[in-house]
Amino acid sequence: MSGQLLSRWLLLGEWRARRLQLLVAIIAIMLGVALGFSIHLINTAAVNEFSAASKSLTGMSDLTVVAAQPTFDERRFPEILQQPEVAQASPMLEIMAGVLGFQETLRNPELKIIGLDVFRAAAITPDLLGIPAEDSQFDTLSEDGIFLSPAAMEWLAVQQGDQLTLTLGAKQVTLRVAGGLVRAPSGQRVGVMDIGAAQWHFDHVGWLSRIELKLHSGANLATFKAKLASQLGDGFLLVEGTNQDARVHNLSRAYRVNLNILALVALFTGAFLVFASQVLATVRRRAQIALLRVLGMTRQQVLRQLLLEGGLLGTIGALLGLILGYALAAIGLHFYGADLGAGFFAGLTPSLHFSPMAAGFYFVAGVGVTLLGSLLPAWEATRTQPAVALKSGSEHEALAVLRFPWLAGGCLLLAAIFVRLPPVGELPIFGYLAVALLLIGGVALLPWLAGAFFGRLSKRYERHPKGAVRTLVLARLSNASGLAAIALGGILASFSLMVAMAIMVMSFRLSVEDWLTHVLPADIYVRTVIRQDARGFTPEEQQLITSVAGIERIDLMRSQSVLLDPDRPMITLIARPIDAHQPANTLPMTDAVLPPQALPKNAMPIWVSEAMVDLYQFTVGREVRLPLGDSTQIFMVAGVWRDYGRQFGAIQMQLADYRRLTGDRHIGDAAIWVKDGVDVNEIVKNLRALPFGENLKISPRNEIREISLALFDRSFAVTYLLELIAVGVGLLGVAASFSAQALTRIKEFGMLCHIGLTRQQIRRMLIVEGGLLTGFGIIIGFVLGVAISLILVFVINPQSFRWTMQLHLPWSWLAIMAFAMLTAAILSVYQASKPAISRDAVRAVKEDW
Amino acid sequence: MNTIPILELCNISKAYASRKVLSDLSFTLAAGEYVAVMGDSGVGKSTLLNLIAGLDEADSGKIFVNGQILAAGDEVAATELRRKYFGFIFQAFHILPHLTLLQNVSLPLLLNDMPLDRTAAMLAAVGLGDRGHAFPYQLSGGELQRVAIARALVHRPRLILADEPTGNLDPDTAQEILQLIRAEVKANGASAILVTHSHAAAATADKVLTLTGNGLTETRR
Repeated sequence: MSGQLLSRWLLLGEWRARRLQLLVAIIAIMLGVALGFSIHLINTAAVNEFSAASKSLTGMSDLTVVAAQPTFDERRFPEILQQPEVAQASPMLEIMAGVLGFQETLRNPELKIIGLDVFRAAAITPDLLGIPAEDSQFDTLSEDGIFLSPAAMEWLAVQQGDQLTLTLGAKQVTLRVAGGLVRAPSGQRVGVMDIGAAQWHFDHVGWLSRIELKLHSGANLATFKAKLASQLGDGFLLVEGTNQDARVHNLSRAYRVNLNILALVALFTGAFLVFASQVLATVRRRAQIALLRVLGMTRQQVLRQLLLEGGLLGTIGALLGLILGYALAAIGLHFYGADLGAGFFAGLTPSLHFSPMAAGFYFVAGVGVTLLGSLLPAWEATRTQPAVALKSGSEHEALAVLRFPWLAGGCLLLAAIFVRLPPVGELPIFGYLAVALLLIGGVALLPWLAGAFFGRLSKRYERHPKGAVRTLVLARLSNASGLAAIALGGILASFSLMVAMAIMVMSFRLSVEDWLTHVLPADIYVRTVIRQDARGFTPEEQQLITSVAGIERIDLMRSQSVLLDPDRPMITLIARPIDAHQPANTLPMTDAVLPPQALPKNAMPIWVSEAMVDLYQFTVGREVRLPLGDSTQIFMVAGVWRDYGRQFGAIQMQLADYRRLTGDRHIGDAAIWVKDGVDVNEIVKNLRALPFGENLKISPRNEIREISLALFDRSFAVTYLLELIAVGVGLLGVAASFSAQALTRIKEFGMLCHIGLTRQQIRRMLIVEGGLLTGFGIIIGFVLGVAISLILVFVINPQSFRWTMQLHLPWSWLAIMAFAMLTAAILSVYQASKPAISRDAVRAVKEDW
Repeated sequence: MNTIPILELCNISKAYASRKVLSDLSFTLAAGEYVAVMGDSGVGKSTLLNLIAGLDEADSGKIFVNGQILAAGDEVAATELRRKYFGFIFQAFHILPHLTLLQNVSLPLLLNDMPLDRTAAMLAAVGLGDRGHAFPYQLSGGELQRVAIARALVHRPRLILADEPTGNLDPDTAQEILQLIRAEVKANGASAILVTHSHAAAATADKVLTLTGNGLTETRR
C-alpha cells in the first residue's frame, strides 16, 4: 500500500514537473498507434470485403474450373458434369461491362455481370440468385432482365424496372433492372442475369468463364483435382478457396505492408522521442533518484518506478491512439476508399469493423515501444552509484551509457549485409530491417561523430578565441556530445526519412514520367470504355477507325488477362506490333535483348515485364509455355521491359503471332499517329463521329500522361501524409528535447547570469548551439537519408513491386527541406530558451537540484 | 539496557585507484551517542559515511550495524538496512522539488511500509507544522534543512548520518539547525555522526573525532 502511495506521489510529482514533454511524448505515441491501427483497419476492411465478394461468387463450391485465358469453350461442360465425383456443376460467364455516361465522371466505370444457369446455381451459389418482382417470376430466365446488388443499384442510381445501358467494346446493350439479389456483400457492385442471355448480349455465345463444382460427400478432393487436371490439360486451372484467399491477399500485400511500415516509422519516431524525453528526465532527476536510493529504495524499485512512468505514458498514448486510429480509418475509408487511392479494390465500399485483436496488437506495440524507450535511461539510473549521483555535475556520467560505438558499427555492418539478402515471402523484410538498422546505427554513432566534429572545431577555434558565447557553445558541443546527441537524434531521424522519401518519390515520379514518354509515343489513344474489354473492336470497326482521315500510322493492340498461378493475381498479355530487331523502339527495355537471329527456328518471341522475371522466373533466353488459343504454346523470352502499370506481371507479343494462334481478330486499343499539319482535335472529332464513337475512350497523349501522373500522386497521397506525420513527430521531438535540455541546464544558465552574461547572450548562445547542432544533424541526416533512399530505390521497391527505377536527387527540394528543418529547429530553440533567461534561472542556482 | 553498539567498524580500508583513503580503520559508536567527525578535505570523511551507509564497499574489514554485518556485495540487504536504521542529512538538502513538504517527510515511512501519522508531528517539531502542503521552492535554505531533519528522523532510525548539514547556511541559522538536530536526535533516542569542518558545529556533539591518515582519534574539547 505504502509502495503504491509513494509510487503515485513520485509519478504525479514528475508529471507536474514536465507536463509539456510528457504531452508531446503522449501525442507521439498516440499518432504512431493511430496511424498503424487505422491503416490496419482500412486494409483489413478492404481485403475482407474483397474476399467476401470473391467468396460470394463461388458460394458453396468445392472447386472452381477456370481457364488460364478469360474464357473457354462451353463444350467442356458436359465432360466435367459427367465426372462421377461431381454432384452439382454450375457454369458461369463473367463479363466486365462499361457503364455508359459514367466514363468521364468515374474512375472505374465498369460493372461485373455474371451470367448463370438459375437452376444449377441454386445449389451452389444461392446468394447470387435474383429476386424478381411478384408478377414477373420468370424474369430470372428473361433475356433482358438483370438483377443488381444493392451497392450496384445505389452506384448506378437505378431501381427495379429502370433501363440500364451497358457497353462492351463498340456495342451497347440495354437491359432492364429486374430486381435485387438474394444476398450480396454490402459493398459489392455486381449484376446477375441468365447465362444464355449474357452470352448472347455480350457476344460470348458458346463461352464460359468458370464452372463451380460441388462434389459428392466422400469424394477425395485432391485425387479428383489431379484426375480432372490431367483430363482438362494445360489450359485449365482448378482453384480452391485457399487459392482464392491467397490471390486476394497477394493483390495488394506489398502496398499494404509498405503503408504499415510507414505507420511503424511514425511509431518508431515516437519511441525515439520517448527515449530522448526519458533520458533527459533521468539526467535532470539523477540526484533525486540517488536520494531515493540512499533513503532505501532498491534498484528494482527505482527501475519499476521509471518503467511505470514510461508505461503509463505509453498506455495513455496507445489508448488515445486506438480511438484516433478508428476515427481516422472511418474518415480514410469515406474520403479515399478502401485502397486509400491506390486502385486495388475498385467496385467495393467496405464497412469498418473494430478488431479487438488488432487493437490489442497496436496497444501492446504502443506500450512496448514506450517501455523500450524508457528502459535504457531507467537502467542507467539504477546502475549509478547514489553517492556519486548526489554530487552535482555528474550528469555527463549518465550520458556515457549512450555511447554505443559497437552498437553503431554492428548495426551498420548488419544493414550492409541485409541489403544483399533476397526477399522473404516476396516481401523485402531484410530491406526494411536494413533501413531500421541504418537509422539506429546512425543515431548510435552520433555522440561519437558530434564529439569528433565539434572537438576539432573547438580546437581550431581555441587558437583564435573570440567572445564568451562562441567559446561556451563550442566547449559544450565538443565536451557534452552525449547530451547534444539526444536532440540530434530527433533531427537525424526526421531529416533522413524526409530525404529518403523525397529521393525515392522523386526518382519514382521522374522514372514514371520517362516511362510514359516511352510507352506513349503516339498522338492519340483509342480504346473501349473499360480496359481488356472481352469483345473489343471487330475487324469491321477497326477498319472504320483506321479509315479516319488524317491518320499517319495506327498500331492495333489486344490485351487480355491470363491466370498462370491460381495463388497469384492474373497477368496481362498484350499483343501488338513490335519491332523484333529494336524492341526498345516500342518498349522501355531494361537490359540486353535477344535479336530474332538468336532465337531458335520457329520460336515465337515474347518480351516480359520485370515482375515476370521475379514472380515466374521468365528470364531472357528461357523457353516458356503459355496457354493461348486452343492449346499451350511455346515462346522464348527475348527481353525484359520496365512496367509501372502492372505490378503482377505483363507479357508483350507480336499481334501477328497472337492472331495466328488464337484466330481472334478483335482488338481493344489503337495508338494513332497524326499526319503532319493535322490537328489532333480534328481526328478526335472524326473518331467521335463514327457510328460507335460514343463508346470510345479517346485520349490525346498529354491527357493520359496527366491522368497517369495525377493517379501516381493520388496513390502516393497517403504515403506523403504518413511521412509528413512521421516528420511532424520528429520535429515535435526536436522541440521537446530542446525544451527539456533547457530545463535540465537551468542552473547552468543561472550561473552564467551570475557571472555576467546578459540574457540576450544566453539566448544567443542557445540559438547558435541549436543551429550548429541542427546543421550538423542535417548534414549527417542527408548522408543517412541518401543511403536509405538507395535501399528504398534499389532493394525495397524492386522486391515489393517488382520494378526498378533510376535514381534522381531533387536538390532544390532537399535544400528547401534543410532550410525548413533548420528554421523549425531554431524557432523551437528560441521558444525553449524562454525559461533559460527567466528569473527562475537565476533562482535555480540556489536550488539543490 | 542494550549493550550492542549501534555501529562497529573493524579494520576498514578503502582506496580509489592508487590513492589510499582509509587504512585499517576501527571505530565503535554506542547507542545514543552523538559524535562529530572532523578532518581535512580529501581525508575520507564522506567516504567513511558512504561505507557506513552501504553506499560504497570497503576493500577490506567489516562493518556491523546494530550487530548485523553489512555484507559486502549484498546490495539489497544493505539497502534494507539503510532504509530501516539510517537517517540522512546532506549539505545540499536534497528535498524532492515536486513533492510537498509532507510528502517529502513521508518518504522514509512509505519505504519502510510504516503509517504516516508521525509526519505532521515531525514537521511541527522542526517548526514547519503549518507548511506541510507547501512545495520546496517556497522555502528558504534553513527551512529546507529543517525538512531534511524531519525526513531523517521521521521513521525513528537508530543512526543519523549528517554530512556538512550547515555548510550552506548562515552562522545563526546554522547554530539553530545544529541545536535542532541534536535535540531531535536525543528526543528520538538515535545516535548520530556529524561530519563537519566547523568547530562550532562539532561543539554540539558529545565528542569530536578527527580523521587523519592514521585513523580516527578523539579530540579533547
